[in-house]
Amino acid sequence: MADVKKIATRQSYGEVLVELSEKYPNLVVMDADLSGSTQTNKFAKVHPERFFDMGIAEQNLYAAATGLALSGKVVCASTFAMFASGRAYEIIRNSIGYTHANVKICATHAGITVGEDGASHQTFEDLALMREIPGMVVLNPSDDVSCKALLRQAIAYDGPCYVRLGRAAVPVTYTEPCNVEIGKANTLKEGKDITLIATGIMVADALAAAEELENEGVSVRVIDMHTIKPFDTEAVIKAAKETGKIVTCEEHSIIGGLGSAVCETVSENCPVPVKRVGQMDTFGESGKPDELKKKYGMTKEDIVKAAKALL
Amino acid sequence: MDFKEIAKKIRIDIIKSVHAAGSGHPGGSLSVADIVTALYFKEMNIDPENPKMEDRDKLVFSKGHAAPAQYAALAERGYFPVEELMTLRKLGSHLQGHPNRDKVPGIEMSTGSLGQGFGVSVGMALANKMDGKKGRVYTVLGDGELQEGLIWEAAMSAGHYHLSNLCVIVDWNGLQIDGKNDDVMTVKPIDEKFKAFGFNVVMIDGHNFDEIFAAFDNARACTDKPTCIIAKTHKGKGVSFMEDNAGWHGKAPNDEEMKQAILEIGGEQ
Repeated sequence: MADVKKIATRQSYGEVLVELSEKYPNLVVMDADLSGSTQTNKFAKVHPERFFDMGIAEQNLYAAATGLALSGKVVCASTFAMFASGRAYEIIRNSIGYTHANVKICATHAGITVGEDGASHQTFEDLALMREIPGMVVLNPSDDVSCKALLRQAIAYDGPCYVRLGRAAVPVTYTEPCNVEIGKANTLKEGKDITLIATGIMVADALAAAEELENEGVSVRVIDMHTIKPFDTEAVIKAAKETGKIVTCEEHSIIGGLGSAVCETVSENCPVPVKRVGQMDTFGESGKPDELKKKYGMTKEDIVKAAKALL
Repeated sequence: MDFKEIAKKIRIDIIKSVHAAGSGHPGGSLSVADIVTALYFKEMNIDPENPKMEDRDKLVFSKGHAAPAQYAALAERGYFPVEELMTLRKLGSHLQGHPNRDKVPGIEMSTGSLGQGFGVSVGMALANKMDGKKGRVYTVLGDGELQEGLIWEAAMSAGHYHLSNLCVIVDWNGLQIDGKNDDVMTVKPIDEKFKAFGFNVVMIDGHNFDEIFAAFDNARACTDKPTCIIAKTHKGKGVSFMEDNAGWHGKAPNDEEMKQAILEIGGEQ
């Protein structure tokens, strides 16, 4: 896919904030000293009066975001996913979640593709932590086009939302007009032998894996599970019934995220074999994103291997 | 208005409701009773008939475990019937162990996990400033609560953004669950800390209404800084066997103790 255009979803986020800044005069953007990295600086340049840098203080970032939201603002509050979901977890749970505050936790630099910064900055736990919170909408867009579409819906929605965004440029796989819808799994490709359910930047890898498997005569369904919560159980049960085998693909721990959600769903409704591709129960390390994806088992090849083990 | 008389009612409500609940936090509720009386009955621009009134003042009760004091003040002020106080902490009651903004009119923020209310009130004060609203934001903190890291993140941001519409009141009763602040984890000097974070600081006797009202006047007159009122109080104020006794932080009185407490506060049995 060398000729495919690549854009980081954090960049898509920065652009959407500017795009929506006029439509939503009550849109407030907040950051914790990472506005260049999270791309909220784009909004800050256009609307400094609606941008608050809270300094390196993630707990207060999300507590203050709650206060602004409860005063009628739509708040997008950003930092790295590690610190948003980890450092500020209990504030997100008790202040944002418990009051259904209209805060969008737009967390960038998620997963192993943070790369060189290493294990302290690579979170694989955020989807698990966020999907536990009652009423929290959890989104994990896969590319620029779908990311923008989902963000527009998230900002229009009145309630708490966690949006997982990446640092590294990833292939643009969707085209406009993009019909993704929060809460509705998107079947990118029909198939009858096996289903690859992917989320976030692993969707592109799943599509590539499907192509390789198809070349070997396997009929592969590919689902983009961009919404981790509310979880589209119907699409999963349908895939289980119609294809009988599932591989989950995520740049997240195999514990607690997409893989777990799929296993919970099929085991209660239609038990079929599932293989989970994702970060094993281990910390990451420094390296280039592609090297790390390979070392920690989150590539097209790993998906093909998991699929073949089931076929 | 006889604020002492209202505070007496609130203290009796606290004792009765915590007794009825069989659990709760009487010590820190009694210490803050005069402060909530002053806020709800004079200082704040609020309307019990219209709890969501535009431009109203807001109180975030960051020391949410003292909910019995806030509930009693709201009920006595007319937000809901006083009889409802007897449902405190019971299944199905609006009056949760810690305040829930969805269930009780007049509660601006669901609190209980210490430190968070202060950060939330910073956001509310920022919003009011952005919108040019006259409403002020008040936050009641416990002294033990000052041990939370989030308190100082919030304080730093309140100072940085010159939130003169924010007034923090520290209920400085000197005690927390495990004993004296000074033994558990020193929070002194509270005044110098807040000054260093950019606050206008006022020290008062938190049981003296003249001093409480003067401090609120001082806070409103300060136009470039947030204010921190450090109110020296006594935990369990008004009940001899509860006063300055950490053991009454989170314990309900039994029947005899309730009778004695009400008698001492000066209410009818």
